[in-house]
Amino acid sequence: MNVKQQDKLATGILYTIAGIIILVLASLLAFILIQGLPHVTWHFLTAPARSFEAGGGIGIQLFNSFYLLVLAMLISVPLSLGAGIYLSEYAKKNWLTSLIRTSIEILSSLPSVVVGLFGFLIFVIQFKFGFSILSGALVLTVFNLPLLTRNVEESLASISSMQREAGLALGLSRWETVMRIIVPEALPGITTGMILGAGRVFGEAAALIYTAGQSAPALDFTNWNPFYIASPLNPMRPAETLAVHIWKINSEGIMPDAVAVSAGASAVLIVAVLLFNLGARWFGQHLYQKMTGTGKKGA
Amino acid sequence: MDPIRESLLKVSHQAKLERRGRIIGLFCISLIVIVVAAIFYFVASRGLATFYHDKINLWDFLTKQAWNPGTKDSHGNPAVGALPMIVGSFLVTIFAAIVATPFAIGAAIFMTEISPRRGMQILKPVTELLVGIPSVVYGFIGLTVVVPVIRQLFGGTGFGILAGTMVLFVMILPTVTSMSVDALQAVPRYYREASLALGATRWQTIYKVVLRSATPGLLTAVVFGMARAFGEALAVQMVIGNAALLPHNLVSPASTLTSILTMGIGNTIMGSLENNALWSLALILLLMSLVFNLLIRLIGRKGAMK
Amino acid sequence: MKDYDLTKTAIKTFDPEVQEIALSTDDLHVFYGSKEQIKGVSLQFPRYQISSIIGSSGSGKSTYLRSLNRMNDEIQIARVTGKIMYRGLDINQPKIDVFEMRKHIGMVFQRPNPFAKSIYDNITFAPIRHGVKDKKVLDQLVETTLQQAGLWKEVKDTLHKSALALSGGQQQRLCIARAIAMKPDILLLDEPASALDPISTSVVEDTLAQLKAHYTIIIVTHNMQQAARISDYTAFFHQGVALEYAETKRIFTKPAIQATDDYVSGHFG
Ligand SMILES: Nc1ncnc2c1ncn2[C@@H]1O[C@H](COP(=O)(O)OP(=O)(O)OP(=O)(O)O)[C@@H](O)[C@H]1O
Ligand SMILES: [Mg+2]
Repeated sequence: MNVKQQDKLATGILYTIAGIIILVLASLLAFILIQGLPHVTWHFLTAPARSFEAGGGIGIQLFNSFYLLVLAMLISVPLSLGAGIYLSEYAKKNWLTSLIRTSIEILSSLPSVVVGLFGFLIFVIQFKFGFSILSGALVLTVFNLPLLTRNVEESLASISSMQREAGLALGLSRWETVMRIIVPEALPGITTGMILGAGRVFGEAAALIYTAGQSAPALDFTNWNPFYIASPLNPMRPAETLAVHIWKINSEGIMPDAVAVSAGASAVLIVAVLLFNLGARWFGQHLYQKMTGTGKKGA
Repeated sequence: MDPIRESLLKVSHQAKLERRGRIIGLFCISLIVIVVAAIFYFVASRGLATFYHDKINLWDFLTKQAWNPGTKDSHGNPAVGALPMIVGSFLVTIFAAIVATPFAIGAAIFMTEISPRRGMQILKPVTELLVGIPSVVYGFIGLTVVVPVIRQLFGGTGFGILAGTMVLFVMILPTVTSMSVDALQAVPRYYREASLALGATRWQTIYKVVLRSATPGLLTAVVFGMARAFGEALAVQMVIGNAALLPHNLVSPASTLTSILTMGIGNTIMGSLENNALWSLALILLLMSLVFNLLIRLIGRKGAMK
Repeated sequence: MKDYDLTKTAIKTFDPEVQEIALSTDDLHVFYGSKEQIKGVSLQFPRYQISSIIGSSGSGKSTYLRSLNRMNDEIQIARVTGKIMYRGLDINQPKIDVFEMRKHIGMVFQRPNPFAKSIYDNITFAPIRHGVKDKKVLDQLVETTLQQAGLWKEVKDTLHKSALALSGGQQQRLCIARAIAMKPDILLLDEPASALDPISTSVVEDTLAQLKAHYTIIIVTHNMQQAARISDYTAFFHQGVALEYAETKRIFTKPAIQATDDYVSGHFG
């Protein structure tokens, strides 16, 4: 076989591989959406789950997922901003900084079960938060922090140092320069990273089964006092999320329409991920245009 | 008196802001470091209790095959042999990597070298989207599609290493692919141009020049995928069968460290041997994730030296 | 390149009784890591005068200028030793509040670096952060500084448009306006006209000539005609050393040092 034929063959194989991958991934998406979307009705999205009979919904789980997401982001966004700013603006090049970077790297690569078990040990047992939204939100924060921090740091680092000099030369502190000039300029990148992080948190299950728990007690959607036991906002109640729900009904195998419910729930999850993805792109671009004045409306 | 001169010797509002900002940043970053240290401390102290407190022999733990920490074997020793799970974890990880690597690198070559326009327009957004798909969804598809197909083809229950491998393969494929794309894109354009100008075919250029100089990056991508596969819990747990037995073939129910861990930890009492033994599995997971991390660093350093 | 004797220097000094000194350095050294880039420079800059710094590329002009308001503090590997005297204080020491100091010693950089904000916000940003709240005062400040920087006519109707939409020359004049909005005592400029077209350059030069009444100006420039046109005193830098410092006319007509002569007559290197 000469080199020309080899080249042809290799190209053919590469096309085949690309084709197979597209096929696998497309059928994956198609399977979920085709299997799942027909189940997604208003009733399905709002009704509570039923354990032993068919026809249950995912209303409470869906609410739990969002509430947990909001709480987790409320804690992790400011923390990651602070940490990212420190790394990009203040950290000197020395052993301490490289130790910090190493810890962040390690934390980001830990299996989420391990993070979940740690949360179980600390938040659920040690701090006596029990299986609760609070424990779940804290563990999701741990899970999310390293990636968000790195994203903040990278977004800040991509802003020219001339902008920092401009602020400093006007007698502003580094902190004000960063908070009011650099962070706003880096906002498109930071927001994109945060939204993608939110998507990751939304689908996370392994870290939650032993922290937020695997039960979804009935909620009283008429009472929003966070201290009331059945209030949707009560952070101390156990809260099975959508992703945990899919895992649980499939491993228990007692729900008669588990497959249908899982398919529906999976479709909802995927659509959510899709929205997070598109949202991240759109929002990042929109912000960028708004800030640089390159958009139609200008700044 | 000169007011400007005076003001230079005082602490300005901006200086106070600066100090406050630095403390806030330091607080956030310390929190992360403390959490990492705490994870190591707590998992290690629980995981080592099996050996220090319950006096289990480390070697037995790593090499014995019987896993049933609640009962004792014929010699009156508790059965805490973790070998089946260790083997299971390594098998699914290695198999998934073996299957995924050619696909991922092939797709990456396609996207960067063969058809960048189509590749970037179709393949890239799809892989990026798939990176974000929750692992339970992969587990669910494994359970409803992969397991029945394997059952049809090979008999048995369909649960096992093969099903786990398939699920993990699809799971890590997008990640490895997009990291491979980054690695290939990092190869300077003039390498390719120089090679093509010397009369090499496109494939020769890819094979001899591009792949070779991107090797560290591609290796990193694969190791990264393996780390994800090794630590994945729920998707694997849903399809592997969760029998703490040494797998005899690829289609008999088996288990991984993560699957036994997620199944068991809620059903055991804190501080009991059963519970400690599970924490020892978690400790292995933790250490393995360190090993993968170290590997990635070593590859990076080797790559930087070249 | 010719080797010039770096030990033979001709530096003008002033009698503080006759001429008030706004800023001076005394044996200033700057190191980047272990490399010494400024090797003991002692210069006095008289108040309400324009002093320019000339010299070939890499001679340390920017490095010297940046150390005057301690911008080199922000470069991790940089180390500055020696005295920087301002209002009877050595400002090159930790006990000096560096942020307060930079309010009084402002700086304009070689490349225009407006914030990604509106023109109006670019100018009012720092004054607001330093406590000016009154809207009327701010409006007035925007108008006067833009007028001083020769930009007012061009932008007075688009004050709330993004500054990034301005041309390079306009951006640089905005940066000058932004710097003088702080009403600094001393203004440091690092090749402010190097990115500008001839018309913008002459606008900026006129601006500087007018600002001289209220500000002490130290300007780094590559352009010898510019130095000759606008400055009262000129320093010539070579390889991190100030070889000569004198009245501008003197530097350009009968310099005391061979290197200066070669440089201003174009026979350098
Ligand atoms: N941040 C830095 N780190 C290390 N070395 C630097 C840094 N900035 C400048 N230098 C070095 O210091 C020397 C003087 O540089 P400087 O920028 O002061 O020269 P200059 O006279 O302003 O030149 P130009 O006319 O090109 O602006 C150069 O050799 C340069 O490489
Ligand atoms: Mg310079």
